[in-house]
Amino acid sequence: MKAAPQAPVRGRAVRAEQVIVFRIGGQLLAISSAAVQEIRGADSLTGAAMDVTQTELRKVRHALNHRGKRPIYVVHGGTLFGLPASQATLVFLLRRGRAALLVDSIERMAAITRLQAIPQAFCHEERAWYRGLTVLEEGIVPVLNPEGLLNSEEIVLLDATIAAEIGGRPAETETRPTA
Amino acid sequence: MSLTAELGSEQFVLLRVGDRRFALCAERVGELAAPSRVFRFPHQTPEVEGVILRRGRIVPVCDTAAQLTGHPLGTRRFYLLALRRYGVHTEPVALPVTGECELIGAEMTEASGDHPPHVQGWISHGGEVIEVLNIDFLTPGPDPASPAEIAAAAQEHRS
Repeated sequence: MKAAPQAPVRGRAVRAEQVIVFRIGGQLLAISSAAVQEIRGADSLTGAAMDVTQTELRKVRHALNHRGKRPIYVVHGGTLFGLPASQATLVFLLRRGRAALLVDSIERMAAITRLQAIPQAFCHEERAWYRGLTVLEEGIVPVLNPEGLLNSEEIVLLDATIAAEIGGRPAETETRPTA
Repeated sequence: MSLTAELGSEQFVLLRVGDRRFALCAERVGELAAPSRVFRFPHQTPEVEGVILRRGRIVPVCDTAAQLTGHPLGTRRFYLLALRRYGVHTEPVALPVTGECELIGAEMTEASGDHPPHVQGWISHGGEVIEVLNIDFLTPGPDPASPAEIAAAAQEHRS
């Protein structure tokens, strides 16, 4: 028998990366703080979000007109990851892309110095969901890839749906996101 | 006399999964590890149960018992860390096993095309015919690359 080879590690540099550790449906996840532009209460979406009735894409239920730009699609983390129903209380508006993420709660901030690439045995959608895995006090935690929440085809589909639903009227209705 | 000569022409690690014994080529076995906490997170690869932390490295746990014996593994005593090939790279994969493992020397009879791809061949040991497992087909991963693709990747890796 021989020793297992060393893991290929990304981010070998000693410089730490700040991450936000948060929960969805009891599951601990992390996201780079640099990827998050703004954190709002889910209540703040009331009046600012519109319902998305696209049934094929269950993970998106609301769209947000953010500072007059193209709609931001609010991804329900519990639905995306197949986690038990829970009460989402916060929305992460992301710095890049067209997605926001509904989460239950923020656990804490943490500094990570190592990010291991997701093992190749994971060979489905999770490869897009995560940048990698890291070890925190609580255990092994996946670090989200913000650009993996919605792919370009999904955005095209959502844009088309929103365009059809709005039909020229203002994209604002009284809605409140729920888990 | 060398260990190889004492043991036979090829070395295999015997592992027990449920009430059956299987073998892996010794060169594809990293180590045998004591059970440790399995960390779970959302994913869509059903063959992967979770991950363990071993020597600072995150290793996926693939419970192959249902595939091999038809029953999920009730009791697990160790994790056998097998080295799974992905193109020119290898990564450890933790296989839950029921009992202790044993290193033996034996001659393998190659499997024919009529058998499942995860059966590489057979060895005879202690009056028992034991399947030699091909870890590359037993555990999940991207579709196996063709030999030509592997050779091209190796060439690219060297240059």
